[in-house]
Amino acid sequence: MIQQTNPIFGRLDWSVTPYTDLLNKVTSSTIVGAGAATVLVVGAIGAVALLTWMRWWKPLFRDWLTSADAKKIGIMYIVLALVMMARGIIEGFVMRAHQATALGTLAAPESGLVAPDHFAQLFSTHGTIMIFFVAMPLLIGLINFVLPQQLGARDMAFPVLNQVSLGMTAAGAGLIMISLLVGQFGTGGWTMYPPYTGIEYSPGEGVDYWLWAIMISGIGSTLTGMNFAVTIFKKRAPGMHFMRMPLFCWTSLCVAIMLIYAMPALTVSSTMLLLDRYAGFHFFTNAAGGNMMNYANIFWMFGHPEVYILVLPAFGVFSEISSTFSGKKLYGYTSLVIASMSISVISFTVWLHHFFTMGSSVPVNIAFGIATMVIGIPTGVKIYDWMATMWRGRIRVTTPIVYLVGFFMLFVIGGLSGIILANPSIDYQVHNSTFLVAHFHNVIIPGVLFGMLAGIHYWFPKAFGFRLSETWGRLTAYLFIGGFLCTFMPLYVLGLMGMPRRSPTFQNPDFMPWMYIAAFGGVLMLAALTSLTWTFWTSWRNRERLAVPGGDPWNGATLEWSSPAPVPEWNFPHIPVVTARDDWGATKRGGDPWRGPDEYVDIEMPANTYFGVTLAGAAFLLGFAMTWHIWWLSIVSLFTIVAALFWRGLQVVEPVIVPAEEVERADKQYRDRIASLTPVRRVEEETEHNRGVPDITEFAG
Amino acid sequence: MSNTDNSLYPGLNLTGVQSEANEKAETNVFGFWVFLMSDLIIFGILFATYAAYLNPVGLAGGPGPQELFDIKSVAIQTGLLLLGGVAYGGVSLGVKYDSAAKKVMLWLAISAILGAGFVFFEVSDFIDQAHKGGIPQASGWLSSYWTLVGLHGLHVSVGILWIIAMITQIKTRGLDDTVKIRLSMLGVFWHFLDLIWVGIFSLVFLVPLS
Repeated sequence: MIQQTNPIFGRLDWSVTPYTDLLNKVTSSTIVGAGAATVLVVGAIGAVALLTWMRWWKPLFRDWLTSADAKKIGIMYIVLALVMMARGIIEGFVMRAHQATALGTLAAPESGLVAPDHFAQLFSTHGTIMIFFVAMPLLIGLINFVLPQQLGARDMAFPVLNQVSLGMTAAGAGLIMISLLVGQFGTGGWTMYPPYTGIEYSPGEGVDYWLWAIMISGIGSTLTGMNFAVTIFKKRAPGMHFMRMPLFCWTSLCVAIMLIYAMPALTVSSTMLLLDRYAGFHFFTNAAGGNMMNYANIFWMFGHPEVYILVLPAFGVFSEISSTFSGKKLYGYTSLVIASMSISVISFTVWLHHFFTMGSSVPVNIAFGIATMVIGIPTGVKIYDWMATMWRGRIRVTTPIVYLVGFFMLFVIGGLSGIILANPSIDYQVHNSTFLVAHFHNVIIPGVLFGMLAGIHYWFPKAFGFRLSETWGRLTAYLFIGGFLCTFMPLYVLGLMGMPRRSPTFQNPDFMPWMYIAAFGGVLMLAALTSLTWTFWTSWRNRERLAVPGGDPWNGATLEWSSPAPVPEWNFPHIPVVTARDDWGATKRGGDPWRGPDEYVDIEMPANTYFGVTLAGAAFLLGFAMTWHIWWLSIVSLFTIVAALFWRGLQVVEPVIVPAEEVERADKQYRDRIASLTPVRRVEEETEHNRGVPDITEFAG
Repeated sequence: MSNTDNSLYPGLNLTGVQSEANEKAETNVFGFWVFLMSDLIIFGILFATYAAYLNPVGLAGGPGPQELFDIKSVAIQTGLLLLGGVAYGGVSLGVKYDSAAKKVMLWLAISAILGAGFVFFEVSDFIDQAHKGGIPQASGWLSSYWTLVGLHGLHVSVGILWIIAMITQIKTRGLDDTVKIRLSMLGVFWHFLDLIWVGIFSLVFLVPLS
């Protein structure tokens, strides 16, 4: 299958869209493919039309895309993640629908909604999207929004670098999205193991899409990790000692360290595969001294820490909400800090458990098996700490608490199935079966997804000034819990019955009842997605009634609750001087927490810049051009990137000064507003009376 | 100078003791160290890959170290690169003792020239090896060799470009605080490349030849 490369269009021609496939042959598979492409096209046209109709282009660029404000960058990350999540969940549903119709016979093995190759693309994009473009942007976005506020800082250490990181992530996500319309995606799963993904067996553009998306967004994530680490080490408010930092900051620090050390491994494995594919190198080929297991080795050096990169921010969120919504001080702060740090260190010593069956010697497998089991200990400590925090607390069953309780039940099951898999001899039996699929969804959904959604619910008022509907929020949470149970518990059973993962078809009719339950779970997941969307919509419509201008709707204990909602660009009129752990709580106990600062000073904020957008656009074009072998465009975009870096590097960019009078006016207005609002008691937290000013006599955290 | 006692970065001789420049230096220089840590992981994995492919299976019947490596040229490269590192010491001392901008620029130029000499010998080695059939497509071992050594060479080339950019900046701006901070980061980068080269010299060249 040698393709001609056109000097202008590379390998692009009119046959690459799914519409061509549909015209060639009308099957359910090509209809699904063309339908997905249509959704993308209609969505893009709709977005452009909406922006034009509402005259939002200018504000979009002025207030958002060129902004270097960490809070806005965080919100953009989360929006990106939620859009990608919609695609990921729909893909998951299509896969469940396919497998529920995929019972073939030995005579006619192919059956079901989509063709085997299409199914392979679905599970590859689903995994890639959910890990790299949903979970990662969700947690990076949440950290961006929360971390500077909790540390008592104005912004990240490197605000413009932060913008670049977002741009790289968006460029990668864009590549994945465009693959719906232009060409095919790879079929090698989210890990893209060679030699199958080498040029010999996957000559098309699919693997290249994956490689470029991963490399570009990976650079963004590495830079993000550095930014978080430097922010935590250098930008804490005076008095914010390490052991006074809220736990979310601690888990952010763990994430930062892991990003710095883990992401380069992914960059290396992807670059090597890229060199194999583009330049005929022999890192992972079958012939000429290549060693394909080295790919798995390097990939999982990244891949396993990645699992904890995903889950630790959720642990941070759970630490915050378990304390706030129980009206109690967090139990076992020190043990939680030690546990988080232990997890991030141990997570670098277990990667081999992803390929026990590679055939390492028994002692090696045992060593990694034991290390894997050991990592369960600090995780267990954390679960007990949160439960002890809630024990005899004044718990309000808000949405985050529903997620937290769901997490307790489900995550422990997922963790225990992980301990089962950590035993190499058991792993030999169930590896590569749907038992594994059930296991990792069982930790990632209750861990990462529930944690992030709980966090979004918790901090949403801080970003937009109004709370999210609790009724719809709880319904969404219950739907996600039910959807998870129905979708993935059957996969444990199917795995033990011997069903391999990623099977486009099977011939065993005994699988069918479980398949139907799983497909019903897929429906529930779709319902949860709809309900989540509705939560945002209905809350926005009721924003007047849900408004919390006081800024402290949950009677919180950490610094971010001391500012108005929505929080001003500069976070704090005066950098706070921290005297205690849970400093805002200590101020409440001291009485009169909303006293203004004695004097106001000019505030320096990072200036807006098109740097990030430029780099993102050029990186997207570079990835697209390389994927399609459009060499001239690759050179142009690479040159643009280098030129932009030099141009920026040679400049000294002056910050924007917010004058003291403006800060004072805004701050005085807020303090007057506080004085005019009636404090709300805990029992009325969900009602209209909650204007963001809590009754501080009730504070018990 | 008066401010060397309490300054966090006495070697940079920044204006003011608890100044904004000091704060900026702290954030930027620390951030750059963190970046290099990450870079070091990339080199570490490439070193490990090279070691894993340095065996008959990885060589796959292609040309091996004995045929390809010219230890004399490698020694010259080592000398040039490490002397380039020493020359950068002149830059740091110039910044510390407030020398004339011209002197600092001279030391920068010497560092760049020595670095360019290194790149010249390295590239001619690569060309030579390619003529002997030692292209990266020949075997897994050669793929890893070209990637590891080539990436280091790329770093040195970027370092030279950075030096040229800094010379331009000193010309236009003089030795102000921003330039000094950038010079200190460039210094960290430049010495980091020496460190990597010591690893390459020992593991990539000496081990298989011994």
